[in-house]
Amino acid sequence: MEIPYVVEPRPDTGLFNAKVGIWLFLASEVMLFGALFSAYILLRVGAAPGEWPHGLLNVWLGMANTIVLIVSSITVVMAWASLKFKNFSNFKKYQAVTLLCALTFLGIKSYEYHDKFVHYEIQLNDGRVVDGHMLENDAEKVVIHGHYVDKAEAAKVTHGWQEAEIKEIEIPVKKSDIKYMENYGPRHNTYTAIYFTLTGLHALHVIGGALVIGFIWGPGAGMWKTDPERYTNRIEISGLFWHFVDLVWIFLFPVLYLL
Amino acid sequence: MSDPHDTHDFQKSVKRYLFVFYALIVGTVVTVMASRLHINSVALTVAIALFIACVKGFLVAGYFMHLISEKKMIYGILLTTVFFFAGLMYLTVWSMNPESLVHIR
Repeated sequence: MEIPYVVEPRPDTGLFNAKVGIWLFLASEVMLFGALFSAYILLRVGAAPGEWPHGLLNVWLGMANTIVLIVSSITVVMAWASLKFKNFSNFKKYQAVTLLCALTFLGIKSYEYHDKFVHYEIQLNDGRVVDGHMLENDAEKVVIHGHYVDKAEAAKVTHGWQEAEIKEIEIPVKKSDIKYMENYGPRHNTYTAIYFTLTGLHALHVIGGALVIGFIWGPGAGMWKTDPERYTNRIEISGLFWHFVDLVWIFLFPVLYLL
Repeated sequence: MSDPHDTHDFQKSVKRYLFVFYALIVGTVVTVMASRLHINSVALTVAIALFIACVKGFLVAGYFMHLISEKKMIYGILLTTVFFFAGLMYLTVWSMNPESLVHIR
């Protein structure tokens, strides 16, 4: 049985069915990310003065990932335009770059996640707090590249650039002097919890989008020979999803990295 | 998406996409630079960053997703989404006002 309206538009909507479908799906996605942004606002506004961390993330890596997604957005739209002009080889090249961008984005994100899992806050028995990245961890001591936290000074930090001005040194700490030690994983504080939730969900969307684009680009490319218009529509639909993923990151970047 | 019908249309579309691409890159750089301007007002920093993000979002949605020339059906779906999204944000802001809530004491 032939599926109706996969290429020709429905008379009542003026659109082929998949297009209505993807926009309804994107509408639900807006509400999903909207709910998490709403949670972010409540956590941020509800944080006690001086408790919300600033400058925890590497702005340059975040900026690089933003540019990577922007590049992937234009290659997606150029791939679709290439198919409209029956240029399949150009389409293949553009979508290959899109897939490379997706892998680059995930690579950078993984590096950033790793960076948070080796970033520790250590409370010492004498009341001092050491904050920084772990260089060594043996049976007797840990070595941290970081600084001692001055709580009064930390409370005055309201911008990322102030945090970046703090000098970091190598600090050896005996394990017997440690009262409590925890990395900056999702359970560390409300900021890391919402950071990992938002960026994790976004990364899942990148993976999902890349899998779909990769399938259509590789194993599913045979449709170009049998039903080119339907194939072009598939590229359009997967492209709309990809642009949405870019759109979400455009808001995530300033909210999580810069504010 | 609106279809480019001939080579001239195609070149016009490509030019437009490239313009949007450069604008998005510039917007990203400006956002980062603005965050390092040592502006003391947190509200102003937030306003600048979100304003630039909104402009970039408009460019992606308008030109890459072709929303500036879509069918009424899509606009209908999006208007419904905007309505519920605005309601969600209104409830979020409303809940931050202690006087508007019934607290359990």
